[in-house]
Amino acid sequence: MALLEVEDLATHFHTREGTVRAVDGVSFSIDKGETLGIVGESGSGKSVTCYSLMRLIPEPPGRIERGVARFDGQDLLQMGKSDLRHIRGDRISMIFQDPMTSLNPYLRISTQLIEAQQTHRDIDNKAALFKAIEGLEEVGIPDASNRVKSYPHEFSGGMRQRVMIAMALINEPDLLIADEPTTALDVTVQAQILDIIKQRQERLGTAVILVTHDLGVVAGNCDKVNVMYAGQIVESGSAEQVFYEAKHAYTRSLQKTIPSLQEKGQELYTIPGLPPDLTKTINGCAFHPRCPFPKTGAAETGRPTLKDVGDGHCFADCGYCDSSGSIEDVLAKGDTDDIQLPGEGVEA
Amino acid sequence: MSDISQTATLQGKPQPDPAGPAVAAMLEELEEGSSLWKDAWARLRKNKLALTSLFLFILIVLFCVVGPFLSPYDSQAQDLFVGAEGPSAAHWFGTDTLGRDLLVRVMEGGRISLLVGLVATTVSLMIGVIFGAVAGYMGGRVDAAMMRFVDLLYALPFTIFVILLMVAFGRSLWLMFVAIGCVEWLTMARIVRSGVIGLKKQEFVEAAVSLGYSHTRIILRHLIPNVLGPVIVISTLTVPAVMLLEAFLSFLGLGVQPPFASWGVLINEGQQNMEIFPWLLIFPAFFFALTLFCLNFLGDGLRDALDPKSAKD
Repeated sequence: MALLEVEDLATHFHTREGTVRAVDGVSFSIDKGETLGIVGESGSGKSVTCYSLMRLIPEPPGRIERGVARFDGQDLLQMGKSDLRHIRGDRISMIFQDPMTSLNPYLRISTQLIEAQQTHRDIDNKAALFKAIEGLEEVGIPDASNRVKSYPHEFSGGMRQRVMIAMALINEPDLLIADEPTTALDVTVQAQILDIIKQRQERLGTAVILVTHDLGVVAGNCDKVNVMYAGQIVESGSAEQVFYEAKHAYTRSLQKTIPSLQEKGQELYTIPGLPPDLTKTINGCAFHPRCPFPKTGAAETGRPTLKDVGDGHCFADCGYCDSSGSIEDVLAKGDTDDIQLPGEGVEA
Repeated sequence: MSDISQTATLQGKPQPDPAGPAVAAMLEELEEGSSLWKDAWARLRKNKLALTSLFLFILIVLFCVVGPFLSPYDSQAQDLFVGAEGPSAAHWFGTDTLGRDLLVRVMEGGRISLLVGLVATTVSLMIGVIFGAVAGYMGGRVDAAMMRFVDLLYALPFTIFVILLMVAFGRSLWLMFVAIGCVEWLTMARIVRSGVIGLKKQEFVEAAVSLGYSHTRIILRHLIPNVLGPVIVISTLTVPAVMLLEAFLSFLGLGVQPPFASWGVLINEGQQNMEIFPWLLIFPAFFFALTLFCLNFLGDGLRDALDPKSAKD
């Protein structure tokens, strides 16, 4: 049985401008020791998915509308507050985007690491402190036994993110949710952080959900990948399947945006247009208005569902994705500028 | 990248005893409890101005508490033949219009003023900080309801509120302290609430939730220490406000009653005769001002001391 099985998760935000369907029917599963990447551009619902699993969605305005998230047989979404507290930090923990603000500036690192342990374990100060130092050493903090008594502001961003990783992993959770752990860090540190997560994961057998909008990160670190767009998964499968046999037009457009895959000296490719307004009902493929592939036929009602195309590789086929053609050809052929963008006329 | 993995493995090598002297020292600290206040004290000790203020403040407290026992005069003994006389060898601070020794009256008045100032401020601190932190942290409807309640109390004329309290619960000095505290907490609650709302958006609060900490724990241990800076500054401003309020209430007949006096009352009396008997105003006002100076500098120093980022070592 999978460690975590998410079925039809939907989280909506009820705002004055209408109901934002930030996550609208997402299903996936993750096994012990596996790494699942969730990619997509900003606003695609990656973070909201993770926050929903941890039940960190601010309510109101947010609400988990439906779905099941079975973690080790228990539904995270229906669980009582006190049961949830026992799971958070102990069996599932989370790393956040911004390491600069994710540690309490008023408490020493040691205090924070010890508190994280004593909340869940019956452990005395001494043992907890040793474990804290050990944890810091494992994430590559030099001179950990002295640095442990520092305050967060005495650490750089990369160091703080390491402390966060040490803190999230100190109780050896079964699942680690990393919400864009490297976005706020510079590129050299990014690789180190991902490396540390990977090392710790191998040692502890932790499953990791890695949220990112960096495709390179996903390719190098994940076993499975979910590509999200407008609150739904549009393509999922193993990292190889999604990268080498990408089917969905959105996945392929995303790949096209990777700078290192583009010719030098050329203007970098960007996907034209904006993601759809999630307060409105979307008919047909949500990516349709930005899709570089030739479009024919009328929009269907409802969004296309994920279809298995073999070996667990799924994508939401709207029938227009010309899955045989290469995206380069299409882009070379078609002038993407004349794509009708939603709301463009209104804005002007 | 390889660099870092090397350091990681180097550090990860089995070390015979990870407990260096630094670790031993830290363990000792841990046994002693909260490092926040200990660190704050260590930093405060380096602040000369704050330390001098603390010393002076303690002197003033001793002067007021112990002083009357050492004086040969009774603060209430009138000597109408002497009347109001300027400072002399017999009466260092002079005497008031009823011939009472001003030195003793300043000392005894100080007891009441300091007590009012500290007790009422502590009461307002407790209510205000907890109320504000809970409102800010819970947010939404709870916050709206709690803050409307604060607005309501703000809108009530203060005197009427205190009079109502006094009427309902009888008249005693302690009740006056509580009554003043109950009014002064409103500003504190608003400031703490806004501070907490700002902090709530920082990820360490989310991280604390994601680590399975309870709401009470997050509020008490993670949020309140972070708003202590402004809270302390407001507290030092509350102390003089409270002392003046007490004088005002006493003037209305709701606070300290003659023959007892407080600094506020003495200043008030002195101010009425200041053209003829200036010492009646000068001495109590001097002590009042000195205390406020001390508390302000001390509060300033404490605010800096509580903020780990201000440490220069």
